[in-house]
Amino acid sequence: MSNMMEIKDLQAKIGDKKILNGLNLTLEKGKVHAIMGPNGAGKSTLSKAIVGHYDIEVLGGEILYRGENIVDKEPEERALDGIFLSFQHPVEVAGVNNAYFLRTAVNAKRRHEGKDELNAAEFLREMKKQVETLGMKPDMISRSLNEGFSGGEKKRNEILQMQMLQPDMIVLDEIDSGLDIDALRAVSEGINSMKDGERSFLVITHYSRILDYIKPDYIHVLKDGKIVHTGGPELVAQLEEEGYESLGEA
Amino acid sequence: MPQQELDKAVSGEYALGFEIDIEQDTVPPGLDENTIKFISAKKDEPKWMLELRLKAFEKWKKMTEPSWGHLEYEPIDYQSISYFSAPKQAPDSLDEVDPKILEAYKKLGIPLEEQKQLQGIAVDAVIDSVSVKTTYSEELEKHGVIFCSISDAIRDYPELVKKYMYSVVPVTDNFFAALNSAVFTDGTFVYIPKGVRCPMELSTYFRINALNTGQFERTIVIADEGSYVSYNEGCSAPTRDDNQLHAAVVELIALKDAEIKYSTIQNWYPGDENGKGGIYNFVTKRGICEENAKISWTQVETGSAITWKYPSCILKGDNSVGEFYSVAVTTLAQQADTGTKMIHIGKNTKSTIISKGISAMKGQNTYRGLVKMGAGAEGARNYSECDSLLIGDRCGAHTFPYLESKDSLGQVEHEATTSKISDEQLFYLRQRGINEEDAVSMIVHGFCKDVFKMLPMEYAVEAKALLNLTLEGSVG
Ligand SMILES: Nc1ncnc2c1ncn2[C@@H]1O[C@H](COP(=O)(O)OP(=O)(O)OP(=O)(O)O)[C@@H](O)[C@H]1O
Ligand SMILES: [Mg+2]
Repeated sequence: MSNMMEIKDLQAKIGDKKILNGLNLTLEKGKVHAIMGPNGAGKSTLSKAIVGHYDIEVLGGEILYRGENIVDKEPEERALDGIFLSFQHPVEVAGVNNAYFLRTAVNAKRRHEGKDELNAAEFLREMKKQVETLGMKPDMISRSLNEGFSGGEKKRNEILQMQMLQPDMIVLDEIDSGLDIDALRAVSEGINSMKDGERSFLVITHYSRILDYIKPDYIHVLKDGKIVHTGGPELVAQLEEEGYESLGEA
Repeated sequence: MPQQELDKAVSGEYALGFEIDIEQDTVPPGLDENTIKFISAKKDEPKWMLELRLKAFEKWKKMTEPSWGHLEYEPIDYQSISYFSAPKQAPDSLDEVDPKILEAYKKLGIPLEEQKQLQGIAVDAVIDSVSVKTTYSEELEKHGVIFCSISDAIRDYPELVKKYMYSVVPVTDNFFAALNSAVFTDGTFVYIPKGVRCPMELSTYFRINALNTGQFERTIVIADEGSYVSYNEGCSAPTRDDNQLHAAVVELIALKDAEIKYSTIQNWYPGDENGKGGIYNFVTKRGICEENAKISWTQVETGSAITWKYPSCILKGDNSVGEFYSVAVTTLAQQADTGTKMIHIGKNTKSTIISKGISAMKGQNTYRGLVKMGAGAEGARNYSECDSLLIGDRCGAHTFPYLESKDSLGQVEHEATTSKISDEQLFYLRQRGINEEDAVSMIVHGFCKDVFKMLPMEYAVEAKALLNLTLEGSVG
């Protein structure tokens, strides 16, 4: 099968408010899909629905991951099965060492896959390498998870986690927001280095800058809780020119 | 997260609830002069000690139980408690210690046999009202360090005992201290001579075993000029439906340039989630610092149905330092009212208070602290940080920081936070594949980190494991 994920007629609400109104989206294996759309359209809601966030109540429809409906699965099961979300606003966790946290996560995944756990030395070697490539400060390894990190540092830390966890379905919610030019390049290169013809990416963004780097295969427009338009990379230029108004209901 | 799941994650089983099946000598319940005479006779005490006890008893009878704590419990009937219980035939040497006791202590992780004793840690093992064994005493004697039970000290070092007992915590300090002064049974006595750095960690392990028996331990640690000691205490009790009273008094004396580091891991039986059973823990702990001296209290309180405890420092000497690092966990239906008093008397005295309260299920956690700047405490400084972490919706956290400052030159800085273990944090960790229990544990450990790092290594490991056990329900 060439699809990593198929989202069919997804209806979801947050509190009393219906946000996703019959959303359909197919994510192909090995491809980069970008989602653009106005503020409040439901992009983050979609990303959260995919990873099983507690705010979101799925009212109907399916999220098929490798052919299996995951709507009722626990968040950690989905994560262990290879779904990763880079959060729009990563949370800070005081006192929890970044390396310790990430090693726990990596080893949970390795156990799940029947692999040996990495010992502290093996893990640190790998983590240091990635920290360097991403141009992060070395003290990020031993600081508390995201605590006091700048906006850009938090985003780089998300990418670091992605690289260490090696997930298969990668959802990036505004990974590019608030990044300086160097950080944007480092983060984009981090994403590109994960492309292997198998992994799928769902990149939520408002800007074309990151898309110039990571070269999406498809652009989807999300509006009013639905995908209203799908096109190739050329759609970006049109959207930048004309905005979302020109695209009516699909 | 649904409440039941959270509860499951935080209602760890009490792993030390076993009973030691030994014959014990237990006096019938009740308290009068004869009870006190009986205790004193059992301990072969000199007359002066008995007289002090009886005086204390007279005073106690006129006092009333304090009720200002943020605590709710059935009134304690002091006549229904037995005030003395000891394993039959208190042994003189290890050969005579009942194998069942050795076995029990092994189970608690504290082997008492010569060959298997913990490296670098001397232990005083107390069961109910008596000390059953003190390890490494002879080794310590070579350094002039006295490490023995308080009963032995009363007989062998009467001058030191007379000088220091009741000197930091006077008999009438409070209701429970007065009671303890009258009926105390055993505890540990430590004296570190001038300029000696105690060559090993000292520790006492208190075990309540007998039914309906109160435990009233009394501990004195004296660090003579320029000396250093690190002392640790641990405790546990069987799982029982009845409440049992534990009312201890600890006095620390740090003379000029001396340092005492006192760590507690309190794991008395907490009772069940409906508040049935568990230890009532009413404890008075206080130390006095002479010039340049330092006392550091570190406590990890995970047990007891009720905890009422305020390890304090009287910073009498100039440039002396007091520290209080605390993690208090209340889950099930536990209640804790704990904190510290830092009394700044000398010039340039410094105190630090770091308190971390964790409440889960129906647990109620109160921080109560007093920072007092005396009139002469020029240049004195205090830093306080009191953080509370709530897990779930049925628990509570309360903070009562009091400040008395007569001297405008003293500096006090206070920070307090209360946070719920955030769903957002839990979710973040779970999205990375970490299961819910591990995620809760990771966040809680992160919260306690600043306190755990103050514990001696071996105990930090134990404290972390204990926290997992208390909060995770994963018996390890
Ligand atoms: N916890 C919540 N409670 C109530 N409404 C919410 C909650 N979270 C999101 N919403 C609402 O759902 C709608 C969709 O939000 P969502 O975050 O998915 O938008 P978005 O497309 O990601 O927007 P942006 O581009 O600004 O990030 C918004 O109207 C938002 O206010
Ligand atoms: Mg968003």
